Amino acid sequence: MLRGKGRRISFFDEMTSQEGGTRSPYRDYCGWFEAEDAARIQHKAQQAEALFRTTGITFNVYGAADGDERLIPFDVVPRIISASEWRRLSRGIEQRVRALNAFLYDIYHRQEILRAGRVPTELIAGNEAFLPMMMGLDPPGGIYTHISGTDIVRTGANEFYVLEDNARTPSGVSYMLENRETMLQMFPELFAKVPVREVSDYPINLLKSLAACAPPACGGTPTVAVLTPGIHNSAYYEHSFLADHMGAELVEGHDLRVIDGRVAMRTTQGYKAIDVIYRRVDDDYLDPLNFRPDSLLGVPGIWDVYRAGGITIANAPGSGIADDKALYSYMPDIIEFYTGEKALLPNVPTWRCSDPEHLREVLDRLPELVVKEVHGSGGYGMLVGPAASKKELAAFRAKLEANPGNYIAQPTLSLSTVPIFTKKGLAPRHVDLRPFVLMSPQGIIITPGGLTRVAMTKGSLVVNSSQGGGTKDTWVLED
Amino acid sequence: MLGKTAGSLFWMARYLERSENNARLIDAGFRIALTRSSTAAAEWKSVLVTAGVNQAFQAAHGDYSSARVIDFLLRDPANPSSIMSVIRQARDNARTARTALTRETWEAVNTSWMALVALLRRPVREDDLPDVLTTIRQQSAHVRGALNGTMLRNDGYHFALLGTFLERADNTARILDVKYYLLLPSVAHIGTSIDNVQWETILRSVSAHRAYRWLYGAEISALKIAEFLILYRQMPRSLAFCCERMEDHLAQLQRHYGEETEAWRLAHALSHEKLAGPIQSIFDGGLHQYVTSFLRDTAALARQVECDYRFVE
Repeated sequence: MLRGKGRRISFFDEMTSQEGGTRSPYRDYCGWFEAEDAARIQHKAQQAEALFRTTGITFNVYGAADGDERLIPFDVVPRIISASEWRRLSRGIEQRVRALNAFLYDIYHRQEILRAGRVPTELIAGNEAFLPMMMGLDPPGGIYTHISGTDIVRTGANEFYVLEDNARTPSGVSYMLENRETMLQMFPELFAKVPVREVSDYPINLLKSLAACAPPACGGTPTVAVLTPGIHNSAYYEHSFLADHMGAELVEGHDLRVIDGRVAMRTTQGYKAIDVIYRRVDDDYLDPLNFRPDSLLGVPGIWDVYRAGGITIANAPGSGIADDKALYSYMPDIIEFYTGEKALLPNVPTWRCSDPEHLREVLDRLPELVVKEVHGSGGYGMLVGPAASKKELAAFRAKLEANPGNYIAQPTLSLSTVPIFTKKGLAPRHVDLRPFVLMSPQGIIITPGGLTRVAMTKGSLVVNSSQGGGTKDTWVLED
Repeated sequence: MLGKTAGSLFWMARYLERSENNARLIDAGFRIALTRSSTAAAEWKSVLVTAGVNQAFQAAHGDYSSARVIDFLLRDPANPSSIMSVIRQARDNARTARTALTRETWEAVNTSWMALVALLRRPVREDDLPDVLTTIRQQSAHVRGALNGTMLRNDGYHFALLGTFLERADNTARILDVKYYLLLPSVAHIGTSIDNVQWETILRSVSAHRAYRWLYGAEISALKIAEFLILYRQMPRSLAFCCERMEDHLAQLQRHYGEETEAWRLAHALSHEKLAGPIQSIFDGGLHQYVTSFLRDTAALARQVECDYRFVE
């Protein structure tokens, strides 16, 4: 996987094998595609864009003029995963999510993994994502990560790696659902030809999972609400989408207040208690009385209600410690520690720049590595060595030397490609995959597939939507 | 339903109604400006007063040139009642209440906003104005159709319709408030019919010049026009019609929640005491005083609805 400098990197294409034939999961699709008129598909692709705009799956760019709401590009060629590939992936994901949840329980209770010396104590104690207030607290149902997303990349026919865990509030699931909806509207005949597994039951599974974690104070059928920062948040569409499809209320901080030991929402009929809150605001903003006093997004006093078993917060406060990039490199150990098994899905080899030996190696090989900020997200503050200029490399080298503990480095992965539809025909582009995982006392549900993000620019390895990445519908084939 | 959601539905509908009403006012003003350049400035001023933005306009622009007034009313982001501002607020409220709207209704609102963003990106030339105003009215009809055709008749629907009729009553009353002097008895008593173009403007600004003809034929009198706009219950923009609808939607909300409200009592009183007629008694008491007190009553009703149904904390 590591390539020497100057050597040509070849990429694994998921549609076409190296010998030039169509790989088997794509056979039915390609049969259909070849018989299609390219102009018709082009026309459908334009329709898709109009459809997304009408639906309002757009996001605001702060300060931009009216009507400049952005659309995440959608590509009409699906990304297809065979039944056996998916079996393997989903087993690995399930194992990982179980381990993350066990890790969180342990970290906020006896901390046996630290005592065993498998994870360095200072990585937890000094970490902003670690919430000491959660120590000894049992979240309802014993669940920390009700909703998680596991970012996976592929580098070969049998090579999958977990790039990142998302244990806070992974976004993108509405794109997964709307992408499928759009494909069904545009190419209904395709779904008669190719046996694709459904994704549309995600919202109802989400509702069931959340309801299954109702707190002790809940009297009857649990009332579930989605907490959003409001219409100006870039993921607002997703918040309203999920609330709408679950039949849950979509609330903001100012709709809520603590009354008689419960969190209650202001309805037309007065205040009504909520049992489970799917919050899409960060820990820091949850409770101005206990966390950031300047937060207008949260609910004063919600923390005390939580501690007393009056409400379930999903994901549990403090879950962010599990997806911290500094901890990522310990994941194989974490999985083994809690499950007694080897990790089914490997990690990407990672250098921790806090370690002087690692740092030296990273500095030596900087032009071929990807360097990330430990706390960064969204592809910001990141160096892609092979794509960087000499000047950029030098600047980053200085940053690394100044504050090595803030960075981790990984080899530049030769991410697999899947073709996108362009005016000149199909053209390969790099992709990753974010499957969405629900966890409750009743078990783990992984929606088949997930969100495929695709770098729309030729040669680019950055798939983040904030950096011009697009999305594809992701198909998992029936057995 | 969340109080905030109820409030957003109410305001979404008010803003949508306002955009349509303002388009109608611009249309009526534009006609006069075209046909009677001598009274154009006065006419634009009364349009601005009716829309409640005359002071803001004067502060920013001063003189009433057609192009300036039209741009101010259509596009100016500094004017909270410009059609663009109003549509944006309608859409923001629709987004806030998204979970209480059908997909069709939401998409209709969103499509309207998209269409107007495209249409009003640049100043509108006078020759294009009629087309632009037609599009605004068509978009509004589209939203109303989606709302009527797809929404459950539950609390959310009633809050939206309540907003529509409150805004509409307010608009018709404002038109009367600005133009009442044209309808003063002194003019009618002298026996001369009121200025043709002027009365047509009033009727046009409520899209009712043809309806008036069907009803009253060629007889144009101040008394009849006032009767038509205030008391005629079959006219969908008359005060009586709007108040009857508000009372009905509030009654349905009472049934829905099984709880009597002060808001319904106010609407009932408005509909049965203020709009009982006859028109002569309204004139006897003073048309201007009547309209002023009507506007006060509808504002109080709006505040009461907001309070009864906990739109805000």
